[in-house]
Amino acid sequence: MPKVLVVDDEPNIVLSLEFLMQRAGFEVATAEDGEQALALVAEQSPDLVLLDISLPGISGFDVLERLRADNTHSRLPIIMLTAHGREVEREKGFALGADDYITKPFSTQALVDKVKGLLNEER
Amino acid sequence: MRSDPIMLSVAFGYLALLFVIAAWADRRAEQGRSLIGSPTVYALSIAVYCTAWTFYGSVGRAAVYGPSFLLIYLGPTLAMLVGPLLIRKMVRIARAQRITSIADFISARYGKSDGLGALVALIALLGITPYIALQLKAITLSHAILTQYPAFPTDILADAGFWNDKSFWVALVLAVFIILFGTRHLDASERHEGMVAAIAFESLVKLVAFLAVGLVTVFVLYNGPGDLFARAAAHPALAQALSLERVPGGALGWVGMLVLATLAFLTLPRQFQVLVVENVDEDHIRRASWLFPLYLLVINIFVIPVALAGVLLGDASLSPDSFVLTLPLAAGFDGLPLLVFIGGLSAATGMMIVETIALSTMVSNHLIMPLLLRSSWIHLGSRLSGGQGELTGWLLGIRRVAIVLILLLGYLYHALIGDAYSLVTIGLVSFAAAAQFAPAMLIGMYWRGATRAGAFSALILGILVWAYTLLIPGFAQSGWLDMALLDDGFAGIDWLRPYALFGLEGWDIYTHSLFWSLLANVGALVGVSLFSRQSRLEQTQAALFTEAMHPELMYRTPLWHGQTTLGELHKLLSRYLGTPTALRILDGDDRQGGDTSAAHSASPALIARAERALAGALGNASARVLINSVVRGEALDLNAVLSILDTTSQALEYNRRLEQKSRELTQISEALQAANERLRELDRLKDEFVAMVSHELRTPLTSIRAFAEILRDSDNLPEDKRHHFLEVVVHESQRLSRLIEEILDLARLESGRLTLHPERLDLADLARRSADAVQRVQEERGVTLKVDTPSSPAEVIGDPDRLEQVIINLLDNASKFAADDQGRVRLALSRHKQHWRLSVEDNGPGIGEAERERVFEKFHQLERQDGGDAPARGRPRGSGLGLPISRGIVAHLGGRLWVEDGPTLGGACLIMELPQAPAEDTATSPFNSD
Repeated sequence: MPKVLVVDDEPNIVLSLEFLMQRAGFEVATAEDGEQALALVAEQSPDLVLLDISLPGISGFDVLERLRADNTHSRLPIIMLTAHGREVEREKGFALGADDYITKPFSTQALVDKVKGLLNEER
Repeated sequence: MRSDPIMLSVAFGYLALLFVIAAWADRRAEQGRSLIGSPTVYALSIAVYCTAWTFYGSVGRAAVYGPSFLLIYLGPTLAMLVGPLLIRKMVRIARAQRITSIADFISARYGKSDGLGALVALIALLGITPYIALQLKAITLSHAILTQYPAFPTDILADAGFWNDKSFWVALVLAVFIILFGTRHLDASERHEGMVAAIAFESLVKLVAFLAVGLVTVFVLYNGPGDLFARAAAHPALAQALSLERVPGGALGWVGMLVLATLAFLTLPRQFQVLVVENVDEDHIRRASWLFPLYLLVINIFVIPVALAGVLLGDASLSPDSFVLTLPLAAGFDGLPLLVFIGGLSAATGMMIVETIALSTMVSNHLIMPLLLRSSWIHLGSRLSGGQGELTGWLLGIRRVAIVLILLLGYLYHALIGDAYSLVTIGLVSFAAAAQFAPAMLIGMYWRGATRAGAFSALILGILVWAYTLLIPGFAQSGWLDMALLDDGFAGIDWLRPYALFGLEGWDIYTHSLFWSLLANVGALVGVSLFSRQSRLEQTQAALFTEAMHPELMYRTPLWHGQTTLGELHKLLSRYLGTPTALRILDGDDRQGGDTSAAHSASPALIARAERALAGALGNASARVLINSVVRGEALDLNAVLSILDTTSQALEYNRRLEQKSRELTQISEALQAANERLRELDRLKDEFVAMVSHELRTPLTSIRAFAEILRDSDNLPEDKRHHFLEVVVHESQRLSRLIEEILDLARLESGRLTLHPERLDLADLARRSADAVQRVQEERGVTLKVDTPSSPAEVIGDPDRLEQVIINLLDNASKFAADDQGRVRLALSRHKQHWRLSVEDNGPGIGEAERERVFEKFHQLERQDGGDAPARGRPRGSGLGLPISRGIVAHLGGRLWVEDGPTLGGACLIMELPQAPAEDTATSPFNSD
């Protein structure tokens, strides 16, 4: 069973994402800030990360950059989540190596489809 | 030691020494190693101001009138200290126009008028001759005292013929000296180097002599100044000798004397000669401006001590004017009186030499030459073509004869009427005459509108008033006229009394005369100038004088438009200046292109140069007449100078306007740029705000949408989950509405449209109610809340709902940031001067110095120092709008909100301060206190 890591500092958003991923049949780990996220990636080697950008402390972009710099996780599928609807943010995310990008508020169906799509590609 | 032969040999030996010095200086000048190219020599030559009158008369005046003698020296000091710019301008004009004397200066200013030149020369002759006589009188008197002491000389001239009078011979020797060193060159605008060197030397001699008398008096006859003054103080008649009340005419007398001395310093012919004509370098003025006043100070320092000592001698038969001599004589000195005599001689001869040179130049150039040029006897038209010989020797001859005549005139005045006046009186009368030149000269240098007619009327009126109020009364007092004139006025008309003109009484005679004569003088100059027109030449000259510091106009002179040939010009110049000079002037002109044939026409520049050279020798007026006699056709191109002035002033004006315009444009563009930047900044802030707002709104919206979709799509959700998710949706919706409220509040606050409903309220009560409202939430978060409010009401004016919102926000924040474990929050209220301070403190990590203002920025989220997320775990994050809104509300209520270190709990402390409500009348009324 693929494992998805959900990273967000809003507890309710984490709760919704956790439920959605579980319902789609994935194992779920959650983190509420960047450092926790990095620790969990190292510890549990998830198959995909849903990563919020505006995190307290080290931001989502920082996490993304560090993961991509690390050889073992350079190909880990990462979907950026952001409440900023701006083009620049999206471009920056892709430039840093994000696989996809989802703007809040999102359609739950579209989100699940994207996660499934990415995981299938990996296989 | 004081026998006549010794005296004579000393005196004439001294004069011989002057010859040697002057000859040496002239030799040096010819070798190109000028002696007078030094500012010190310049300053010393200006000291020709100190004549025998200073040398003997100052002590006399001090003995009679106290310290008033100082005014005669304060005037020049003032002029030198504050007037270097004025003097610099005079020197520059004189150089540019080849000015030879003050008569030439005034004549040149008013269109090279020969009439004005003649008038000034006449006035100078009339006013200054007595002054020369005064010097001769001083020499005679000092010689007589020296040879006859202790008998006081009386009737010096009564029984002896003039051939027995030493001063006659002195005058003759001086005439020879002046002819030798004052008329070496025809060009009077050239420096008389030997003469100036001799004058500077004389200034040193008189200074040394006077200091010697002073030092001997104070330190040999008395034991220092203390001793002298103590003895003087014990002397009843001297007790008030130094008091200022002894100045004639009181305070007005002071002012009058000061003005008189200041003007005379600039206008006395000899002062104009050394100050302006003999100046070799404008920069010398700078050193002279302090060195000359210093000289005056030093030469005057012993005047009062010598005067006191003289009076203390107690010999009533001695004239105070001769104390300088009689004091050392009475003390039995032998050599010192001789030195004093030499000092007096040097003071007298110095004045006579310079004054005579100045006067003779004026007389020959402005009185005699114009007459000769007009008479048919010397008329150039016929003479030039007739090829007569050079006139240079002839011209110098005129000047030499003038010198002898002037000195003889002085001698005659001295011999005939000199005894009637005291030294001081003659000097001051001369000063007042010279002062009449001041308005025409000084105003003419700064006011372009002063006209020739104005200057004429000014000089004539001024000198008439001077004569009526000073000269004629003097004659009356000498017994030459009926004293009734003084007592009853002219023809018995009371208000025409010379010493009380128009009923002006109680002034001393000099101030009185100066006042009326200058009033008439200046009044006529300004009045007539306003109603008369200037000729074109006058306009040009006026412009050249007033704009003398204008770099483009320096050395400009109106160009001749008419035609003449080189041959004619050559003839004219050789005739008046001599062939070598003429050739030098003509050869210097390269623009003739090598064609020097006599028939070739002369260039305008060459004609101008020829005129300048003639002006240096004959004065401006005569030079113009001479050039006019050879130039045919249209005379002068007067427009050239005026157009330079006009175009430059137009260009300047245009430039000034352009500069102003460009300054204005720069300012506008700067303002625009600033406004633009401000707009950009506002735009950026707005973008940021919109992004923040959208971010903040999207967050709850995300949860709401996600759970709504989950609820919609998940058919078989367990009841508890369904319930929980619905709770989340409700909670997040509430959060969303709250956020929208806050954003609206903020928008209203910032646009100033927030409506508050202020009323008198008890802040303590409000604080307790707010604490109750958050009690439950605090407990949930595991935070203990302590409330410290006074029992008595804390009255402020405020909107209760809004203030409650602020207090709840503060409490909410504090409980979020309080320590995870055993979190504590304390609310306290206390009075501070005229304010109530409500503080909310927590035991959290506190807020760093750098963050304390930033927490009031919109959407600012605090980050914990330890890197954890902002509020402690399990506590909701704020929107980042609470504090900015709170601060806005408090500010609207006239209060302040800020962050400090918590005093008791060690965390952050937010303090809200509101002004105490003013005392309410009804509340203090005993009838309402239930």
